[in-house]
Amino acid sequence: MRLPCPICGDRDRREFYYQGAAVALSRPAPDADAAAWEDYVHLRENQPGDLDELWSHDAGCGAWLVVTRNTVTHAVSGAKLASEATR
Amino acid sequence: MGFDRLTKGFSGLRVLKEGLTGNKGWTPHWRDPAPKPEYDIIIIGGGGHGLATAHYLASQHGITNVAVLEKGYLGGGNVGRNTTIVRANYMLPGNSEFYSHSLKLWEGLEQDLNYNVMHSQRGIINLFHSDGQRDGFARRGNQMIAQGDDAILLDRAGVQRELPYLDFDQTRFPIYGGLYHKRGGTARHDAVAWGFARSADSRGVDLIQQCEVTGIDIENGAVRGVQTTRGPIRAKKVGMVVAGRSSQVAAMAGMRLPIESHILQAFVTEGLKPCIDHVITYGMGHFYISQSDKGGLVFGGDLDMYSSYASRGNLPTAEHVVEAAMTLMPVIGKARMLRSWGGIMDMTPDGSPVIDRTHIDGLYVNCGWCYGGFKATPASGHTFAHLLATDTPHPVAKALRLDRFRTGRGILDEEASGSQHNLH
Repeated sequence: MRLPCPICGDRDRREFYYQGAAVALSRPAPDADAAAWEDYVHLRENQPGDLDELWSHDAGCGAWLVVTRNTVTHAVSGAKLASEATR
Repeated sequence: MGFDRLTKGFSGLRVLKEGLTGNKGWTPHWRDPAPKPEYDIIIIGGGGHGLATAHYLASQHGITNVAVLEKGYLGGGNVGRNTTIVRANYMLPGNSEFYSHSLKLWEGLEQDLNYNVMHSQRGIINLFHSDGQRDGFARRGNQMIAQGDDAILLDRAGVQRELPYLDFDQTRFPIYGGLYHKRGGTARHDAVAWGFARSADSRGVDLIQQCEVTGIDIENGAVRGVQTTRGPIRAKKVGMVVAGRSSQVAAMAGMRLPIESHILQAFVTEGLKPCIDHVITYGMGHFYISQSDKGGLVFGGDLDMYSSYASRGNLPTAEHVVEAAMTLMPVIGKARMLRSWGGIMDMTPDGSPVIDRTHIDGLYVNCGWCYGGFKATPASGHTFAHLLATDTPHPVAKALRLDRFRTGRGILDEEASGSQHNLH
């Protein structure tokens, strides 16, 4: 599996660290209730198909990426810098 | 048993009788019934845990108006795809008594089911490679003994006596010793599913294959039944036992679970003469191994470490596993690998499972087995049946709560790495 880093191009999966579903982009407000925090920290949609996820290009440029990857076929349909995704 | 062993069950006498009469008396292991309009209890998922639940509902609680709904064929999911290891070497209260209970059920399982599940208590040796790891395993061993199970701390010479073929003087990770759990071992995974299925069926449970649940009917906060590819079926209670697909089934009830699905690979070599007598785990790389009764070396490692429903893994993990294998036991380099495969794991944030009610009346969930569901099969079924039948958690499974993630109370983080996705 290769991931298309917007900075470095197609790179081997081994260069990346996997964080999971890209929920960190919608972090609850600090004073949100316990249900909102459980939702954020623990509960996941986790359905087969396209998933936006966070990968860090640890052994490359070090950027955090939002990668859209199909969890059934492993096909990657897009990748952008997390810093741009949150804007 | 629900049948006479001499005329319908399995026994030495029966084998002799059938052998002398042309083997014409053997019959299918279970019926192929059409779904009835209504059951007391529906179990979604005809894998090991679902079939075990059906067996114990019938045998322990006398509840037989039960259907097990399976979208494919019985035992075609993770119970047919695992590396077959059975052990009770957990440390934390909450896990420890549960797996201890499971191992005791394993030890009587073949008699209970009248079925040869080839349970082999060949012993498990967890190797350690540093003083710190020795301390950790000594502590774990003491916890196992305190729970009433067995553990022996072997020094280097002790491991050498049991496993002379390992490379003890690896440059980086010499073997210091191992934790020996003699009652651990393996079982024939398919036979476990078949044995539970046969027993449940013989007691009147309907095992309905090629029947995929497509919806869960809920009215006023209570479950009423399910929609399936073979029509609607009503039920007073519904248990979801679909590890690997838990998030998908729970979504039919509008629920989100604390689960990410990950892929775990396993590998098997060509059949060899008996050479590995135990289950061995390497302490400094992701690798564990045993030899099947067919002769193949069965081994595996860690998750591929990304969400996946693909049932197949990628090369980096395979490479790591094989490198660890060659480091620990260079002799394995002579064996040719036949095949590899992947299974879909329900990964929870703390690495421990869930057996609990849901917020919907009559809807129960059994999920989150991570990469350790096989050994749990009897206790999972036993305690889930208890919960379904009595509406109270079984004493050894009361810690496996769904709400522990919300409240933070009773988190079962065996690896002490934190209760967060992607850490187990």
